[in-house]
This record gives sequence, structure tokens and C-alpha cells, in this order.
Amino acid sequence: MNGTDDVEKAVTAAFHEEWGQVVATVIGATGDWDLAEECAQHAFTRALDRWRRDGVPRRPGAWLTTTARNRALDVRRRAAVEAAKVRDAAVLARHEDPHEDPHEPAGEDESGVPDDRLRLLFTCCHPALSLDARVALTLRTLAGLTTPEIARAFLVPEATMAQRLVRAKRKIRDAGIPYRVPPAHLLPERTTGVLAVVYLLFNEGYAAASGTDLVRTDLCAEAVRLARVLARLLPDEPEVLGLLALLLLHDARRGTRVDAIGDLVTLEDQDRSAWDRAGIDEGAALLEGALRRGRPGPYQIQAAIAACHTTAATADATDWADIAGLYGELERRVPSATVRLNRAVAVGMAEGPDAGLALVGELEREGALPDSHLLPATHADLLRRAGRPAEAAAWYGRALELVGNEAERRFLTRRAEECRSAHRTAGQPC
Amino acid sequence: MRYVFLLCAPDGGAEIAPGTPAGVRLRPADCATTVRTRGSEVLVSDGPFTAGQEYVAGFDLVEAADLDEALDLAARHPVAAAGAVEVRPVLEPDE
Repeated sequence: MNGTDDVEKAVTAAFHEEWGQVVATVIGATGDWDLAEECAQHAFTRALDRWRRDGVPRRPGAWLTTTARNRALDVRRRAAVEAAKVRDAAVLARHEDPHEDPHEPAGEDESGVPDDRLRLLFTCCHPALSLDARVALTLRTLAGLTTPEIARAFLVPEATMAQRLVRAKRKIRDAGIPYRVPPAHLLPERTTGVLAVVYLLFNEGYAAASGTDLVRTDLCAEAVRLARVLARLLPDEPEVLGLLALLLLHDARRGTRVDAIGDLVTLEDQDRSAWDRAGIDEGAALLEGALRRGRPGPYQIQAAIAACHTTAATADATDWADIAGLYGELERRVPSATVRLNRAVAVGMAEGPDAGLALVGELEREGALPDSHLLPATHADLLRRAGRPAEAAAWYGRALELVGNEAERRFLTRRAEECRSAHRTAGQPC
Repeated sequence: MRYVFLLCAPDGGAEIAPGTPAGVRLRPADCATTVRTRGSEVLVSDGPFTAGQEYVAGFDLVEAADLDEALDLAARHPVAAAGAVEVRPVLEPDE
């Protein structure tokens, strides 16, 4: 017999582990997304009672899936009796395998092919849905976050988020978005789309664009969990492993990115002894395995950059030339202004501030990233390192006009003041 | 499922062969006349209802298993290269 706390813990753990699987299975059986969410909720509520009475089942996931699915079939039967005619599950319930009974979907048994969550993930991330909708739908159906939680995480009103979710589910149903893992010819492109959603989720949690919390831990944790599911389900895709490695390597530093009062701590000032060694080791090992496959991509390259940082014993020991080279490689594949800006930082560290300033100057002449504080902040930092504090202070000022996040604002303010006082006292680098 | 492809082309003309027997091609947008009724007033104006760079040049009706199949057909439609193809599911009478 379990104590109350143990049961609650078991239900919470099962929620993180199994919610997506339960929802995915019920959608597979009924084609009804709303019903699937309701029935999953029902199963978890019921688990609290039943598990207290009967003990936690040996396979909580199977118990929850069966309970939710039975509930769904019950609701369906009653609706069918009442309405005499129930609309067929239509496209969503269609299965690729004609021998497969749609009411016995794969994934219920631990030994079965666990592809239900994969179907769900690919459907949530279908390119016919807006990016906002993909992210929200993934968090709701796969990660089990509530609508108010998702609304809070993305700083939009609850009604807006609810509307976004309703619209997305309606489009899946009415436009006939298939509930499946895409066929081989679509898979690479669609996998890229799924990875982008998971990456965005992590970034959203890692550095909030606005608001007062720099790190929204829950979103990071959900993104890592989803990346783990993906890596388990698509173990032969090096970019999937690369993404998981990247997230783990970033996540290992999460606790040291802000100090006790919530202020930003730069990479070079972070307490390296407080980094999560196990996360770094796991990320580095995953990256190695991915790179061995000989199909590098943007996530593997970014993970390699993260690994350069996290495996350096001290900030001074960082191999900036290596990092600059990797950014060059990344820029060839993803020639975005953000990548070029990061390369400018690395080149500035490897070859001196003037080399970095030259690259930053190119971006400025092109009018790149006009709304981002990152370009003027980088310009300021390079000037600071070059021993030109008065000019640096001016550029920090421009960055401050654009920054949205409170912790970053305080950081830039502090730097600007340091530069001004350095200039006043001796014209020394600050 | 049935989908309609709204064929949008920069010039609004339809020099493209019909994609399906159920498709139609339209004369250029400068032949269009737009009618709106507001209360008892009938407003007639010269030109298409949207004033943009691309105009509806025709329609195709296709049958596809799901949206992926429809998108695949749309991607191979000649108009997709010259302009754009809007894919819209048909609201069937029994829905």
C-alpha cells in the first residue's frame, strides 16, 4: 500500500512520462483531439483515487492509456446511441496498416512500437499550421501543459491562447491534416520542422524575450523531455541527436546564467564548478555519436560550439579559433544575421576585437537585426574589450533602447555605467 | 476529401490548361466587375474585389486522401511556380 505522497508523486511522474502517449493513443483510436484531452485528464484524476486504494500499478502508462481509451470508447458509444449516427472518425483515424485495428493502436504495450507520440508530434508540427499554433499544440497535447500555463509562458492573454488551440484543432480536422508519421519523401523536411518547434520551445524558456524571469525552467524541461522522446523514436537521425545534445549542453549551464538576485551572468563569469557535469557528459557523448554518422547539420554544429564552451576548464582556456571556425561552418548552412553576429563575437575573441568589429560593421551597414538589442550590445562589448569605453558606453545606450528582458536590461545598464566610470577615471578598459 | 485550388496569378489571366475537368479558367482581372449590396443600395465597381499583385485566375477541384496529398498536387501545379495556389477544403453538404 502506498502513502498519499507516494501516490501523488507517482501520478506526477506518470503525467510527465505518459501524458503525450495517452493523448496520442486516444486520438489514434477516435480521431477526436478534444475527447482525447478530456479522457486523458479523466484517467489521471481517476489514477489518484484508484492508486491510493489499490496501489500504483506495475505499468502506470498502460493503466492510464487503457483507462483513457475505455472512457473515450464509452463516451463514443453513448453519443452513438443518442445520435444514432455518429460521424466517422474520418481522416484522423486512418491507419497506414490496413491490418491494424484502429481500436488497438500501437504503443499501448511497452513492447509495442511506441510511434503514437511520434504521430502526434508530427501532426502538431505540420507546416499547414502557424508556428505559434504548432508550439502551443505541442505543449498542450504532448506535454500536457494547461492552456493558462501556455498563455503565461508566451505572455499572451488566456483567451487568445485558447482560441489559438481551438483554431489549430479545427484546422487539423477540417482541412484533413493526416495523423501520421510522414512518408519517407516528406520525413527529412518534416523532421526539421519538428526540431525547430522543440528548439524554439527551449529558447523561449532559456531567454524570455520579455518579462522579468530570464529562465522559464518549465519550458526548458519540456523541450528536453520532447527531444529525448524524439531521440528515442528516431535514433538514426543525427540532427535529432544533435538537438538533444545541444539542449543538454545549454541546460547544464542554466543554473549559473543568473545570480541569486536574478541578474545575468556572462559565460566567462559563470561558476563552472556549478555546471551540471552529468548533463555535459551526456550531451558530449550524444554529439560524438551523432557526428560519427557523417551527416553534420546545424544542430550538431551548434552542439559542437556549446561543447567547446562547456568542456573548457576555464573561460580563458576556451578555444575561440575552433568556435569561430564552427560558426563559419554554420553560416555556410544557415546564413542568418544572428549566426553572423555570433561568429563576429567568436572572431573578436580569437583574433582580437578589431576583427570582430569589422564583421559587426558589415551587419550594421546592411541594416541587419534592426529591432534587436544584440547587435549594438555586441558592438559595445567589442569596443569595451578594445579599450574604447566612451564609445562602448554609447553603444550600450543604443542596446538599452531595444532590450525587452529585465535581467538583460540591468546587465547592460551595469556595463554602460562601468564603461562611463572607466572613461572618467583613466580611459582604461573596463 | 475534396479540395478547391484557388489559382492566384500575378496577371490574373489564365493561359494555363485546366488541371482537372472540374476546373475553370477565368479571363483577366481587368474584365472583372465587383458587386456589393449595402442595404437597398447596389454598388457596382470596375475591377476585382482585391486590389493586390495577384488575382484569382481560376479554380481546380481535386479529390485527395488528406491535406498532404492535396499539398503535393498543389506543389506540382504550374500556377504554384508562377503565382500561388490556395488549398481550401470543400464544405460538404452533410457537414
